[in-house]
Amino acid sequence: MTRGEIVAGCLAPHPPHLVYAENPPQNEPTAEGGWEQLRWGYERLRDSLSDIDYDVIVVLSPHWQTYVGTHFLGLPHFKNLSVDPVFPNLFRYNYDLNIDVDLSKQICDKAKDAGLTVKMMNNPDFRIDYGTITTGHMFNPKWDKPMVVISSNRSSAYYSVDVMQEMMMELGKATRDAILDSGKKAVVLASNSLSHRHFTTESEVPEDMSKEHITSHAMHLWDMRMIEYMRTGQSQRIIDEMPEFTEQAIAESDGGGFTWLLSTLDIPTYPAILHGYGTIIGTGNAIVEWPVYKHKEGEK
Amino acid sequence: MSSGELIDSFVVPVHPHTVLAPEKNEGWGRLRQAYDLAAKRIEESGADLLIIYSTTWPSIIGHQIQADPNPEWVMVDHDFHDLGSINYSFNIDADFAHAWNKSNKERGLQSRTVAYKGFPIDVGSVVALTLLNPDNKIPAVIVSSNVYSNRSETTVLAKACLDVIKSTGRKAVAVTAMSLSNRMFTENIDPKDDKIHSLKDDEWNRKILEFLNEGRLEDVSQLSRTIHRQIRVQKVVTFKPMWWLSAMNENRNNLTGEVLAYEALNGAGGAVVHLNPTPSGVGDKEYDEDDVEVFAGERGVLDTHLESDETNDHNQPSKNTNQGPELWDPTEAEGSVNTDSAPKPVGAYPHARKVGDLIYLSGVGPRQPGTNAIPGGPIHDSSGAPLEYDIKAQTQAVIDNITRILEEAGSSINNVLDVTSFLIDMDRDFAGYNEVWAETLGKVGPTRTTLAIRALPTPIAVEMKVIAKA
Ligand SMILES: [Fe+2]
Repeated sequence: MTRGEIVAGCLAPHPPHLVYAENPPQNEPTAEGGWEQLRWGYERLRDSLSDIDYDVIVVLSPHWQTYVGTHFLGLPHFKNLSVDPVFPNLFRYNYDLNIDVDLSKQICDKAKDAGLTVKMMNNPDFRIDYGTITTGHMFNPKWDKPMVVISSNRSSAYYSVDVMQEMMMELGKATRDAILDSGKKAVVLASNSLSHRHFTTESEVPEDMSKEHITSHAMHLWDMRMIEYMRTGQSQRIIDEMPEFTEQAIAESDGGGFTWLLSTLDIPTYPAILHGYGTIIGTGNAIVEWPVYKHKEGEK
Repeated sequence: MSSGELIDSFVVPVHPHTVLAPEKNEGWGRLRQAYDLAAKRIEESGADLLIIYSTTWPSIIGHQIQADPNPEWVMVDHDFHDLGSINYSFNIDADFAHAWNKSNKERGLQSRTVAYKGFPIDVGSVVALTLLNPDNKIPAVIVSSNVYSNRSETTVLAKACLDVIKSTGRKAVAVTAMSLSNRMFTENIDPKDDKIHSLKDDEWNRKILEFLNEGRLEDVSQLSRTIHRQIRVQKVVTFKPMWWLSAMNENRNNLTGEVLAYEALNGAGGAVVHLNPTPSGVGDKEYDEDDVEVFAGERGVLDTHLESDETNDHNQPSKNTNQGPELWDPTEAEGSVNTDSAPKPVGAYPHARKVGDLIYLSGVGPRQPGTNAIPGGPIHDSSGAPLEYDIKAQTQAVIDNITRILEEAGSSINNVLDVTSFLIDMDRDFAGYNEVWAETLGKVGPTRTTLAIRALPTPIAVEMKVIAKA
């Protein structure tokens, strides 16, 4: 069997505002646009990968929150309505997606071998979280690729960011090994924002861009620092500074996705491509691609 | 006027085991029995409204209140999906939800109702309503737990709710869906091996339950921050349900409490507790925090940069959010009585003055302390164009303000001796004013004089001048 491959890794944040602003037929509320810089960023990401061949999208979303280990969607098909419990006015999305159950199980098994607590999710009534759906839609609006969906273990809340990082480094290696063993070509997506302090009020028209800005200068500085590390291939520094970043920028990296992504990509030393940065209700969001396809596997 | 009240309170656990797997562990079974007993007591109490404050429904934009009259879907827990699914179809009191939302705003809170098909009702609310209200006989309302809110905001949320219970004459039961210690086992366990995650968590849980068993709810409320630090996983949602429940019970410490069950749910502390307002005769408040009436915290984050651009003047008087004259701090003199829980004066005078056995109050209107909002609405806009307003709401607000000033003076509304009332529109308003009077001060029995006048200094329709016994 041919060796599998990770063709690209992406930071692909999931504020439902992005789907809302695009007005796709699956989403019920309608908008007059908004957050174009980020939406165009997603467009550039899609363009960038349009000629790249891959079989499966592997995503970790911080809104499927599990406390008892890491869980994996384990049925081939899910169809339901996803309503964001925090922004139900913006996001009521009818989804219909396929899961690569074989690869899910393979990653699950490898993670178990590495000592992590794992569980397959086999309840057909389960509603997929809006983070996964938003990232899924923005990355691949045609929904024509099967996915592997991994839950966010809340170890940073239960223990510390350091414990979270240890676990997510292991999960990343397990993900990587399973993909390579599977013979499949995969894109891996960490669905999270960077700095994550929200406004606690919403403007009358949610997409009123005159109201949109980062919540504080400190948040901006942290986001730019992290983006600069990504742009210059300094993944290890991101890992090293993750505890401070997560705490001081109240970053959504607490969900583990960012660490898991970098581990899955084997801590890349080549520059990532920044496709877009913008704020959403005060939080900082970057759309970033690690073009693994340009860098041969094993060559860091 | 009808007068509603909170007739009972319950603390209940959130995880789905009590619905889906009570037979798999004896402790889960006992929690289920306690849930069923609570349901029976609620039914027998004659309650006509169930209010759920759920810690498993976090919100960001203020508080959210469920207002879909019949939310239906299938709930599957994010962690315990292998226990099965819970089909739900609830009976929500949308009118109450809207009234509460309005009341929240009047007290300075950010708030909204949600009514969307397929809205994912959280596990805590689904479990609580499924077990406490099995036939949907009692209409319910559900409120979220704001991730950024603190004690003052959570307290005001409860007071806004009480306002509506009272004004709509409901017999309400308050429920907090919550864990005590919330640390679960992070590995899969055999159900029969379930126990509280650590001895420390267990000891804290027992201390909390000892207080609740004695009806000392406000003591637990005031320990919330400590409890959070000691036995709560440090996630964004801090331990705030006891703030809400205590404020719903008027921050009392002498309720009649009974712990119906306490067991582990995958390591977390789950308890069913019944708190009845009947005074138990024990328990004083051991220490006090501010009894906040309105939320005056910073919520206008979106516009802060605009404000700082506009206001370059220094030493501006505190901004008057409503129309009307500038507000003053109440003056101090011998015997004067002033309180933050009454509206600021519009001139240099105190709220009240005590002389001998008597208390003289300055004219009291309906403006709300802090926000300066006018319940029932102002009588005209800033350009002077008349607005529709509710005289009954204004009159009630006047009497509430009088009550707070008299309580600050160590007296009470029951000691009012003489009242002079001023109405700006006798023809329109006398009947409504008179109706509220009859239900409130009318029962106390002071002498009364009612005058029609041309205007009052703020856009209000009624003001009262009061003399009371000290
Ligand atoms: Fe998020």
